[in-house]
Amino acid sequence: MKIVVCVKQIPDPASPYQLDPESYFVVRPNDQVLDDTDRYGVEVALQLSDELGEDASVTLLSMSPGGSQQGIRQALAMGADGAILIEDETLRGADALTTSQILAAAATRAEADLLIAGTESTDGYTGVVPQQVAEIMGVPALTFARKVEHVDGKLRIERQTQAGYDVVEGALPAVLSVTSGVVEPRYPTFKGIMQAKSKPVETLTAADLGVTAKVSQKIVSVEEVEGRQAGDIIEDDGEGYLRIIEKLEEVKVV
Amino acid sequence: MTFQLNAEHEALRAMVREFADREIVPNAAQWDRDHHFPVDVVHKMGDLGLLGAAFDEEYGGGGGDFLSVCIAIEEIGRADQSMGITLEAAVGLGINPIANFGTSEQKARWLPDLFAGRTLAAFGLTEPGGGSDAAGATRTRAVLDGDEWVINGSKSFITNSGTEITSVITVTAITGDEEISAIIVPAGTPGLIVEPAYEKLGWHASDTHGLVFDDCRVPAENLLGERGRGFHQFLATLDDGRIAVGALSVGLIQACLDLALEYSLEREAFGRPIAANQGLAFQLADLDVALEAARLLTYKAAALKDAGLPIKQAAARAKLYASEAAVSATRVLTQVLGGYGFMEEGPAARFYRDAKILEIGEGTSEILRLVISRGLGLPVV
Ligand SMILES: Cc1cc2nc3c(=O)[nH]c(=O)nc-3n(C[C@H](O)[C@H](O)[C@H](O)COP(=O)(O)OP(=O)(O)OC[C@H]3O[C@@H](n4cnc5c(N)ncnc54)[C@H](O)[C@@H]3O)c2cc1C
Ligand SMILES: Cc1cc2nc3c(=O)[nH]c(=O)nc-3n(C[C@H](O)[C@H](O)[C@H](O)COP(=O)(O)OP(=O)(O)OC[C@H]3O[C@@H](n4cnc5c(N)ncnc54)[C@H](O)[C@@H]3O)c2cc1C
Repeated sequence: MKIVVCVKQIPDPASPYQLDPESYFVVRPNDQVLDDTDRYGVEVALQLSDELGEDASVTLLSMSPGGSQQGIRQALAMGADGAILIEDETLRGADALTTSQILAAAATRAEADLLIAGTESTDGYTGVVPQQVAEIMGVPALTFARKVEHVDGKLRIERQTQAGYDVVEGALPAVLSVTSGVVEPRYPTFKGIMQAKSKPVETLTAADLGVTAKVSQKIVSVEEVEGRQAGDIIEDDGEGYLRIIEKLEEVKVV
Repeated sequence: MTFQLNAEHEALRAMVREFADREIVPNAAQWDRDHHFPVDVVHKMGDLGLLGAAFDEEYGGGGGDFLSVCIAIEEIGRADQSMGITLEAAVGLGINPIANFGTSEQKARWLPDLFAGRTLAAFGLTEPGGGSDAAGATRTRAVLDGDEWVINGSKSFITNSGTEITSVITVTAITGDEEISAIIVPAGTPGLIVEPAYEKLGWHASDTHGLVFDDCRVPAENLLGERGRGFHQFLATLDDGRIAVGALSVGLIQACLDLALEYSLEREAFGRPIAANQGLAFQLADLDVALEAARLLTYKAAALKDAGLPIKQAAARAKLYASEAAVSATRVLTQVLGGYGFMEEGPAARFYRDAKILEIGEGTSEILRLVISRGLGLPVV
């Protein structure tokens, strides 16, 4: 089984994000890190691959207009076999649909039996890419998985819902999106880190995939969110608990 | 000269830091309070490849460099000095002599489990009669009786010697006139008595015991490498270990600076953050300089070792400077935290207690100054 895992590379969350004042795009340094939410997808892929043994491989897929590889190396160090990097300046500022077209084309080209993605990224978080990719590829989308099993050549997942979960089954090839509750991502090992530098990373452009980047989305304005208000302080005069209950009732918590 | 770590070193640092932040930081205070040696941390460090990082792939090592080990020790030490010394001693004192001087049979027998973190090794040099003059103070004797060494004597302050996964202790012993050899003693050998753990000022979660050898018999082939090479072997082992203790110290200085910065920006006095006072800010500026200097001395010594160049002086400088800077750093941190710094509810008090030993183990500051003076050609005794 050929498993392809989407890994988005994002600016290091440890340093503050900057928006370009003209385009409102996130200013992206050339070295971006692995989006934490994609570590879960990588882990699911590695566990499936371990289970399937020799016949399985794990390939990473990342679209990064500036050609960052740092985040890819992080995921390779966890144990993936290789990576496909879509590096193309014309994709800078690509909207979700363009991103999905690129990822779908690359997954098809790689003959993926299973494409795994996060449910939503940390920086863009439109949360639409996995479903769009499945639609473009014409394959089932198994989304919001909190548990993944491979049974009789099919995928069975527990799909996280507000009330609990649904059990959903789908045939391969398919797109799978996983939540951060699905598995505990492994740490890369020292050997994994050393091996990552010699693993193959195939670099492609939009043209190689037959996709023309047309940006149909424009960010017209960006506003700061309202700062959090200071909380109410209730002085306890022995009856403070009553006021707290009142408050909780007001906001309908109790 | 660029003074840049490569991408793999940075990736290793990120990995170890995340591991330490998640698995060590939240528990370190409790382990310290309970004097609890968390054996699963050793297993996990083994799984991550930290114990074997710098050694032969033939025995399951990582085939990496010594600088990588130093980065790992620094990052673990930044979270907790007890776990930092556990890693440092496991690699520098436990694995190193066997990997460097052991026969291929000895390596094949002990190294795979040590690299994987399934077992731990210790190195017994110091005796009740003294550690600085280790050669002169050695009283432990090993006598060949047929095809067995019979060992009698005792060792003091031996790290990792009494854990539930300790597999082997390499000990130095007199084996003839003016002759010291190192002998591998498997844990559990009859006649090897592991004394109760010491009550220590710091490093509470690290394992330290005195050892007694009472007609302790091991096979003749347990001689480490060549007979009579014990003195040379432990000097070389200590040189490597000094760089690693430098790294452990760097981790502590970093932890102190991070915490002092955070607290001094939040804490207010006289209507302003305490960090706005030069008297306080300048201490942190000095701490920053000390951190950089300690790190550079340590990394340079490690790089010299990786390049196969002489390291005696560089290792002594790194350990001397970094350990003394670490002790100062904990004093500054405690001062910046005021009364809270003296309380066991935060890590500062633990750091303060843990720091002092850095100036003592694997060569006291005085002994290191002696080494450096001699390196300068001074006729110092
Ligand atoms: C304010 C704002 C600023 C924006 N700035 C930029 C910008 O600077 N640059 C830019 O490219 N887009 C930018 N976008 C567009 C936005 O990031 C796109 O929607 C994006 O290309 C699609 O990703 P997402 O993060 O929204 O996907 P989601 O649907 O939230 O992501 C779900 C999963 O899809 C996968 N995935 C998504 N993107 C990639 C990728 N590139 N490579 C591999 N896997 C991926 C991951 O597994 C991810 O977890 C911006 C959008 C907004 C609203
Ligand atoms: C927690 C802990 C863990 C340890 N782990 C190990 C271990 O795993 N293996 C091991 O073998 N040892 C270990 N040691 C021992 C350690 O290496 C020794 O304590 C150290 O080398 C000092 O030896 P000593 O304690 O005998 O002091 P001494 O050698 O008696 O020194 C006492 C004082 O005299 C000073 N002094 C001695 N000679 C001179 C001189 N020529 N000039 C100036 N001053 C001098 C010293 O600097 C020191 O201040 C450990 C110690 C501790 C506390």
